Amino acid sequence: MQAYKEVVVKTPLPLRILPYLSVAVFLLIWELAVRTGMIPSVLLAPPSQVFSLFIDKLTQPNPDGAVLAVHAWTSLQEALIGYGLSLLVGIPLGLAMGWFRVVEGLARPIFELIRPIPPIAWIPLTVFWFGIGLAGKVFIIWIAGIVPCVINSYVGVRMTQPTLIQMARTYGANDWQIFCGLCVPSALPMVFGALQIALAYCWTNLVGAELLAANTGLGYLITMGGRLARPDIVVLGMVSVGVSGAVLGFIIDCIEKRLLAGIRR
Amino acid sequence: MTPSSLLPRLKIHCEAIDKTFIQKGHVEVPVIKDINLDVAENEFLVVLGPGQCGKSTLLRIIAGLETPDAGYVLLDGQPVTGPGPDRGLVFQGYMLFAWRTVLGNVEMGLKLRNVPRRERHAVARRYIKLVGLEGFEKYYPHQLSGGMKQRTGIARAYANSPDVMLLDEPFGQLDAQTRMFMQHETIRIWEQEKRTVVFVTNNIDEALFLADRVILMEGKLPGRIKKEYVVDLPRPRDHGHPDLLRLREAISEEIALVL
Repeated sequence: MQAYKEVVVKTPLPLRILPYLSVAVFLLIWELAVRTGMIPSVLLAPPSQVFSLFIDKLTQPNPDGAVLAVHAWTSLQEALIGYGLSLLVGIPLGLAMGWFRVVEGLARPIFELIRPIPPIAWIPLTVFWFGIGLAGKVFIIWIAGIVPCVINSYVGVRMTQPTLIQMARTYGANDWQIFCGLCVPSALPMVFGALQIALAYCWTNLVGAELLAANTGLGYLITMGGRLARPDIVVLGMVSVGVSGAVLGFIIDCIEKRLLAGIRR
Repeated sequence: MTPSSLLPRLKIHCEAIDKTFIQKGHVEVPVIKDINLDVAENEFLVVLGPGQCGKSTLLRIIAGLETPDAGYVLLDGQPVTGPGPDRGLVFQGYMLFAWRTVLGNVEMGLKLRNVPRRERHAVARRYIKLVGLEGFEKYYPHQLSGGMKQRTGIARAYANSPDVMLLDEPFGQLDAQTRMFMQHETIRIWEQEKRTVVFVTNNIDEALFLADRVILMEGKLPGRIKKEYVVDLPRPRDHGHPDLLRLREAISEEIALVL
């Protein structure tokens, strides 16, 4: 067998600049809409104003009490701890639910009941249990992230080729060996899918979690912007959540590609 | 020359096997009915029949993956109650682990039986060589052609040192040329390492090229054994051999009747 030559197929230039063009036009229309007064500036800040606020907030803690980096760091900490815990609990639980009928029978009904409850509905209970510190927010984010972890891992194991399982049995593999050696590896692509979905769930529920009496965090920044009637602060908070979420997603995507390289199909 | 005239040891004995599948929870589909079959040690038996005639089910019952509703299978006089390493199964769809190399796939059975690493590598390499895949030990299934994948499947079954090889339309997914080539290879491998073989196929030429004995199944459900043909010709066989052609004609006529 001969190694094939690798050829890089490049996307044509006009197609490659399209994403940039789209963002530029979007920002331009937004800016003009506010500048021309089509949208009153008390309701929406133009991108230029948000950008200058961004520069200020790099060094200025006022009016919301902390510089942007502190807000971002707080949120990142909460989100990553919650995310990590949801992976740690959700993936093994989902995998086990997919293979062991006892685990499925015990865990599935409870999981199905908890699943439809929006994570922010847990806020009051969370305040009772954990107060308003880091733990409470982590708990909300954990609840948000665990759902896709469990579902994807569960489905991944369930989708294992039945003939492969029979094949393993003819070679004398026991249940545990089939689970570890066959079901888990063949579920991995689905599990990696869960990494992305769970991250998105965690990150979007961050703002909800920070509705808890917080004093820093990107969600808090948005809430403060609302209280101070400062649309520029609100937009800055929203954009920060969006951009840092996208960056996190990109990082997870890279890690996923690395890990999946070993189990190409 | 019939197998019984040589008085070879009886390897597999199927006694009055019935199997009915329940489809959609309530529809009963009788798949095989009253199958009686003896296979001698180191015999190459081919079960021939069109699609949907219960031949794979018969193989899966011998493998222990299905339990018959009536009747039983004896292997060396012992009843078959489930799958076991004494029977190596080769599947139509290759059924390789995509995340393991050729070596990893071939040594799977040995690894499951806790054979030490060095020893199982040696055994796996021996069979990889036997099936002609030497040099491809580190390749992953997606890097292999269909024929090479099935060689891996055959090596995997052999490496587990089974007494009986059960092959379920192993070349069904290969193109015609690769298929013919693999038939030659099958005979070459089998002559080097004799095993009792039950080989299921829907292809008359494949059956006649390989078999000591061909079992023809009825063409409709429930599957029954229609007729039996002894192919007493030296190997490797020539598809154009007059005796082979005569048998082919006889079987074709029988199949035409069956259908």
